[in-house]
Amino acid sequence: MIEIRFHGRGGQGTVVASKILADALAKEGNYVQAYPEFGVERRGAPVFAFIRIDNKPIYDKSRIYAPDHVVVVDPTLVDAIDVTEGLKEGGWIIINSDKNPAEFKFPAKYRVAAINATEIAVKNKLGTLAAPIVNTAIVGAVVRILSLTKLESLLQAIQEQISIKPQDNQKAAQEAYEQAGRQS
Amino acid sequence: MKTLKPLNGNQTIAEATRQVDPDVIAAYPITPSTAIVESIAQFKADGLITGEFVCPESEHSAMSVCIGAASAGGRVMTATSSQGLALMWEMLYIAAGLRLPIVAGIANRALSAPINIHGDHSDTMGARDSGWIHLYSENCQEAYDNFIQAFRIAEHMDVRTPVFVGLDGFIISHSVEVVQVEDDAEVKKFIGEYKPVYSLLDMSRKITVGPLDFTDYYFEHKRSQIEGIENAPAVIEQVGKEFGLTFGRPYGFFEEYRMEDAETAIVVMSSAAGTGKDAVDELRQEGLKIGLLKPRVFRPFPYQKMAEALKKMKAVAVLDRASSPGAFGAPLFTEIRNALYDYAERPKVINYVYGLGGRDIKVEHFKEVGAKLEKIRKTGKVEEMCGYLNLRES
Repeated sequence: MIEIRFHGRGGQGTVVASKILADALAKEGNYVQAYPEFGVERRGAPVFAFIRIDNKPIYDKSRIYAPDHVVVVDPTLVDAIDVTEGLKEGGWIIINSDKNPAEFKFPAKYRVAAINATEIAVKNKLGTLAAPIVNTAIVGAVVRILSLTKLESLLQAIQEQISIKPQDNQKAAQEAYEQAGRQS
Repeated sequence: MKTLKPLNGNQTIAEATRQVDPDVIAAYPITPSTAIVESIAQFKADGLITGEFVCPESEHSAMSVCIGAASAGGRVMTATSSQGLALMWEMLYIAAGLRLPIVAGIANRALSAPINIHGDHSDTMGARDSGWIHLYSENCQEAYDNFIQAFRIAEHMDVRTPVFVGLDGFIISHSVEVVQVEDDAEVKKFIGEYKPVYSLLDMSRKITVGPLDFTDYYFEHKRSQIEGIENAPAVIEQVGKEFGLTFGRPYGFFEEYRMEDAETAIVVMSSAAGTGKDAVDELRQEGLKIGLLKPRVFRPFPYQKMAEALKKMKAVAVLDRASSPGAFGAPLFTEIRNALYDYAERPKVINYVYGLGGRDIKVEHFKEVGAKLEKIRKTGKVEEMCGYLNLRES
């Protein structure tokens, strides 16, 4: 079983990101469970989403405390909370950032990938300049770095799950997927 | 077309509603069941639902609309949670007392105070004596399957009693799983056409609904209402079997997991049963002969079948996601212990209240329970009959 934790802020589409990923994985015959951890439901508040992936039915309904990988949708969260809490050794930290992965001071036992999902989202006119919707770009990177699904499955999932600008979202996911290919 | 879809629990209830296409849907959104109402509103706007969709000013009014519509002979559904169900309270009894087959999806949530939006069973357990049938779901698939079956159960001539379908707030209502969504026409065929016995709109057979009923006949009418829910087990069993034959997923009153040669057992409803199954697997690997029993039907309580399934155990732990302040044990525990009373040989039964306000329950907590049961099996002694799980004690 692979367990992934997403860190984001309310309004960035973190929960939708986990849903798109679940859809893409399900298309390839995986068993998935994706769920959000809601605290205060307001824009800007830190939010979590969890996803479990397995090749057999998933029964465990508890939260994920020791993820295999984490995804940081909002880079400002790195200074606010410990995004590596419980993260297993050798796990990926996939972070939305314009920085070089080496610039982050994470312990050496983790692997770090940085993808500028914000730039990709802005370029594809997703959300506004002040509040870009970065979820599809992030998922594109995640799928590539963790070798979770084929790009086609992801693009199809976006087509089905996103009702606003599906094509632009697909383009963002594909760009991030390709960029991430240089880091995985 | 029959398809596998990634849906959360709320969406499964909305999907089932779209397929059933009731005559009237009346609901007021509340966390964590909001998305049920939201999705239904979208279906209605997209022309995928032909029934009336009413958005009243409160849950009390929502249930009142359901009662009116059902009295008029309609097939009716609603959805709510927590304070919303609490606000429906007096109308719940009226729905049951008037024998109206209303189906309600309940994303189970804690009751205030303190205010909390997360999952526990306080809301429907609080309504346990309202006369409604209670079905509980472990996962999104079961929520979907239960919701479809609920119409058949509620509307059956011998039953004519409203049904709650519970799914744990957030844990299931917001959790995305891959769900087998059946073909629209197959679902419609399964539930069939609803033919009300009485209808306010039937001018050839005029009736009065809800008149005064004093010391003369109230008691007899209550008795006949109780008979309705007492007739439900046969119908629940038949519908569960038929559902299995039609869609490949049969349902009974409860699910037994690794109970064949078990000497101890954990009884737990809804989502936590999934985590419990993983714990049972681990405990079995460690050599413990333990099983799990997951009730699906809480009202009418299948006391005979439950007792038969548990009587040979040496020790049983019943886990309740609701408390009953001042009572000798929480709701599920009291039912089960009571059901076993007449057996000369019966297990020691202990109770844990867990997960109030959405407090997580992990495999390790179930293993704690397993170890406790093993100790009771060996010594025959119960140190503490009613306790709490994963709770800070200091």
